[in-house]
Amino acid sequence: MKIIETNNLIKRFDGVHAVDRLSIGIEKGQITGIVGPNGSGKTTLIDLLSGVLEIDGGEIIIDGTKKISRLLPHQVSLYGITRTFQNVRLFEQMTVLDNILVAETERNVFGSFFEGHAQCHYKTAEEVLRKVGLLENKNRLAVSLSYGQRKLLEIARVLAMKSRIYLFDEPFAGLFPEMRKIISSIIQELKRENKTVILVEHDMGLIRELCEHILVMDEGKLLAQGDPGSVLGKREVIEAYLGR
Amino acid sequence: MEYLIHLGILFAVYAILGMGLNLVVGYAGLLSVTHAAFYGIGAYTTAILLTKSGVGFFGALVLGIAIATAVSLLIGVVLSRFKGDYYALGTLGFNTIVFGAFLNWKNLTQGSLGIPGISRPELFGINFTNNFNFLILALIFLILAYSVARFVANSPFGRVLKAIREDETVISVFGYDALHYKLVVFVISAAMAAVAGSLFASYITFIDPSGFRVAESMFILAIIILGGLANLRGSLLGAFFLILLPEVMRFVGFPSDIEAQMRQVVYGVILILLMLYRPQGLIGEYKL
Repeated sequence: MKIIETNNLIKRFDGVHAVDRLSIGIEKGQITGIVGPNGSGKTTLIDLLSGVLEIDGGEIIIDGTKKISRLLPHQVSLYGITRTFQNVRLFEQMTVLDNILVAETERNVFGSFFEGHAQCHYKTAEEVLRKVGLLENKNRLAVSLSYGQRKLLEIARVLAMKSRIYLFDEPFAGLFPEMRKIISSIIQELKRENKTVILVEHDMGLIRELCEHILVMDEGKLLAQGDPGSVLGKREVIEAYLGR
Repeated sequence: MEYLIHLGILFAVYAILGMGLNLVVGYAGLLSVTHAAFYGIGAYTTAILLTKSGVGFFGALVLGIAIATAVSLLIGVVLSRFKGDYYALGTLGFNTIVFGAFLNWKNLTQGSLGIPGISRPELFGINFTNNFNFLILALIFLILAYSVARFVANSPFGRVLKAIREDETVISVFGYDALHYKLVVFVISAAMAAVAGSLFASYITFIDPSGFRVAESMFILAIIILGGLANLRGSLLGAFFLILLPEVMRFVGFPSDIEAQMRQVVYGVILILLMLYRPQGLIGEYKL
């Protein structure tokens, strides 16, 4: 069953098509990789799916029937979609713990005056921080973390959201092997929990290891799709990466 | 002694103003330059009701809060759509409009002549004409305001405000409608300013529009930047220093005809030095 579909999705920047009549389907409970050369529209697609960018044409459908094309990010979030960013975006002058807690507490403005289920929230926050190895840093400000720790905190923050669909935009970029292992196992665990993962990544080894299905994008269009083994060997895919 | 009581009352008024503004500027990261407008709305509501109707101080105070809440709700709906410099410009424009209303709506405000003869409160037989009694009243309101601001700042709501300050896009990706949060904190801050305005009008017993212009908003901003953003105790500290500063300056011995202007120069120099060497203020947790 397709959990997210796009039909003729279009996004232009100053007349240039970043996403060009893109029609794709994301299978529920799978890890779907999105690959393609720089500037092929991968991050723009993530921005459109999460509501961060407005679409210029086409539509995005979730759960087969609900159109979320024109929704704002906080409305998209209600459908259980969450994401990380290519350039890590933390709440810098807040503690590591607060970065997680803010992903857990009441969304309603008046309800948020009262800390309901505080113990439960703290427990979950500590669990996800332990999972990424940041528990002992929980009282440090996010801005003081190293690059790798920042990436891990961003992952921990989306885990605390307990969403249905996770959009990861280059979560492994610039990380040491140990940290890559942590993130890789987290993504596999999400898959075991029947969550849907969309993974934008340049490392083909990781794509082969993690993804069941991949979409190759080039110049905002879908170039190829299928299982990684067959798709990554295709001539047009290799040409898109290496240049024609 | 009487003069110390006077300074204590002014400290309480400006500390309430500072804490309210700190919620908007320090916690939510919205550079608001319109606090004096709501301070003025509170002051004028009290002044008009106490001089022209039979409503007592506490009734006028509640009505002042209600009007400031209603006005801030209306203007806040528009302002909450802005961020950064646009927010600052929008608030500055609003303060200018409200000042214009105080100055020109003569039937109601008596324009630049101001409203004299505002009475002091009376409650359970206690007459607040006595300045010491008024100081106690002002300090009670200061404690109440601190409790409210602390509750707001330490609640999950306060945490979301900080997250909005850090990255509004990301907090919306996490399912929060930042507009609502920006609006509610703006309204809370306006209501607190109205309380300070009511106290001030009743204490001084005379108000005119000059106390509620943009320069006054800048002064309140200076209080919270000096004391420290996103720290309520910082607002108390800032109010303490800037209320005391003119007294310290008496010893400098500026000629009396330029003393007031020199005070503005000193405020300006303090702000520049802070921005250069301690942008988070004395005990602040956030840099502008």
